[in-house]
Amino acid sequence: MAVLILIECADGQIKKSSLEVASYGAQVAEALGISVAAVAIGDINPDSLSALGRQGIKVVYFNNESQVKDFVASAYVKVVAQAIQTSQAKVLILANSTIGAAIGSRLAVRLNASLATNVVSLPVISGETLTVRRGVFSGKAFADVKLTADFKIIAVKKNAFDIGEQEGSAAVEPLQVAFTEADLAGAPQETIRATGKILLTEADKVVSGGRGMRGPENWHLLEDLAEALRAATACSKPVSDMGWRPHHEHVGQTGITISPNLYIAAGISGAIQHLAGVNSSKVIVVINKDPEAPFFKAADYGIVGDVAEVLPKLTEAAKALNQ
Amino acid sequence: MKILVCISNVPDTTTKITFTPDNKSFNTSGVQFVINPYDEYALTRAIELKEAQGGSVTVINVGEADSDANIRKALAIGADDAIRVNARPADALFVARQIAHYAQEGAFDLILMGKESVDYNGYQVHGMVAELLGLPAIVPAIKLDVTGNTATLEREIEGGKEIIRVDLPLVASCQQPMAEPRIPNMRGIMTARTKPLKVVEPVDAQPGTIYERYSLPEKKSGVKLIDPANAGELIRLLRTEAKII
Ligand SMILES: Cc1cc2nc3c(=O)[nH]c(=O)nc-3n(C[C@H](O)[C@H](O)[C@H](O)COP(=O)(O)OP(=O)(O)OC[C@H]3O[C@@H](n4cnc5c(N)ncnc54)[C@H](O)[C@@H]3O)c2cc1C
Ligand SMILES: Nc1ncnc2c1ncn2[C@@H]1O[C@H](COP(=O)(O)O)[C@@H](O)[C@H]1O
Repeated sequence: MAVLILIECADGQIKKSSLEVASYGAQVAEALGISVAAVAIGDINPDSLSALGRQGIKVVYFNNESQVKDFVASAYVKVVAQAIQTSQAKVLILANSTIGAAIGSRLAVRLNASLATNVVSLPVISGETLTVRRGVFSGKAFADVKLTADFKIIAVKKNAFDIGEQEGSAAVEPLQVAFTEADLAGAPQETIRATGKILLTEADKVVSGGRGMRGPENWHLLEDLAEALRAATACSKPVSDMGWRPHHEHVGQTGITISPNLYIAAGISGAIQHLAGVNSSKVIVVINKDPEAPFFKAADYGIVGDVAEVLPKLTEAAKALNQ
Repeated sequence: MKILVCISNVPDTTTKITFTPDNKSFNTSGVQFVINPYDEYALTRAIELKEAQGGSVTVINVGEADSDANIRKALAIGADDAIRVNARPADALFVARQIAHYAQEGAFDLILMGKESVDYNGYQVHGMVAELLGLPAIVPAIKLDVTGNTATLEREIEGGKEIIRVDLPLVASCQQPMAEPRIPNMRGIMTARTKPLKVVEPVDAQPGTIYERYSLPEKKSGVKLIDPANAGELIRLLRTEAKII
């Protein structure tokens, strides 16, 4: 019996969220008294896979076939299903990402498993059942969910768990899988990706702007601060609706949900739909010229002032700190 | 083209969430329910495709009678007919099995959903339905066009997008800027009253999870204000006090 972890990568590197999942999974395996293995797919440096030993992983099943460079759900599911068999896993743990949820939901059907997504706690173990806490109502509440089926799948919320560091190195074993044409249906013809930028969903610091930024021509104020803090940038919905920023930067109830360690909101009023996407951030900083802006109620630190004056001062201070 | 749109009945996005005194269920009293915002993108895009290319749009909801108002709203916006599977949605697997059953029966070319439901935030039903039907699922799609038997989609990925061509039938979940949601007009509201809304009993299906109790996040202790003239002080506090930079 084992706990199996799905490792995701971007640009050949293991994602931070997957390191969190690996540490989480190692703890679950220890609590259950069973072994822990991982499965990785695609173009990843095998050395970085062995380094998963530092998160407590003993063996990594590695499928490195050229057809699955991009994410294709059916093909990935086939690889993970095979890794489940090889490792005799009873629990699968993955990140609460698009990839994690796509694989989790398909395997839940195939294995008649219990699946919980958006999980924010380690499981409470009671006999054969695990109970986990998951975020519901778009960050406004939590639910404790009991997983009763034989096979259990847990999708762990990003940035909710620390990455463990210990001594050790994982064995990397090749995992061969034969794909049919049907497995590869839905493969992308073309991928357009901004490289070298900090991914919003993976970022532990985010600087975000709203309508109070007054126009795309002022975004450099925000980008300068983001660069000095090594943060990703985000925006409110009206900002992307007006085309000031791309849609994939829009956070909130109808956008992306993030939970970085630091969320800096500049010129955002703090509407409930916006808060839904960011209110599980560990520290929230609000910059707004209106002292009555609702966002201040959800903030840890606040500056009542004009973004055009405040942001450059923050950038300067952050740069000074870096030196 | 036959399109099935799955709509979930969810609390309005401004709802303050509370629970019953035993914390075992969501307190619905005084809560306004709406069509899940992401599902509105699916619904509008489906209607646009029908208007351009012909065919039909069927909406399906797994829910109790209190969903009917929003199902009628979907009909008023432009769907042709509706199915309500008369059951409390126990969990994603239960809902997916109901939808898959009717999706198969209706032989749909396109099954459209929202990216996620804003109440249970499962991000699961599309993958489950696709698996049950043996179809590809494109999640989350931000653009969808159909020519003949082939769909061209854009899928949102971290920091970018993918362009995907895939043959029908398929499952796709929708996300902004897929379409501009519409509000029903008077004529739509009138005709919706006579459009068919079929209520069916659920097929046998076991949920995979049990919801035991709910809780609310801890309240923030209050905001610490920093003088804008001395804004750099914030950066110092983030390092020395909050210890996050
Ligand atoms: C179904 C639904 C879903 C939604 N989903 C989302 C979502 O996912 N994400 C989202 O963000 N919104 C969402 N919204 C919209 C949301 O209700 C708000 O309208 C939106 O968040 C407001 O954006 P904003 O704060 O940028 O703009 P505004 O509300 O206009 O706020 C601008 C703020 O900037 C301040 N300001 C102005 N000038 C300056 C200056 N020079 N310096 C400092 N401060 C200044 C103002 O005091 C004000 O507080 C949704 C709405 C609905 C109905
Ligand atoms: N009870 C339901 N009835 C019909 N469709 C649903 C229901 N619940 C979820 N869906 C669909 O599945 C999508 C994803 O939901 P979820 O997996 O809960 O995040 C939603 O956007 C809807 O399109």
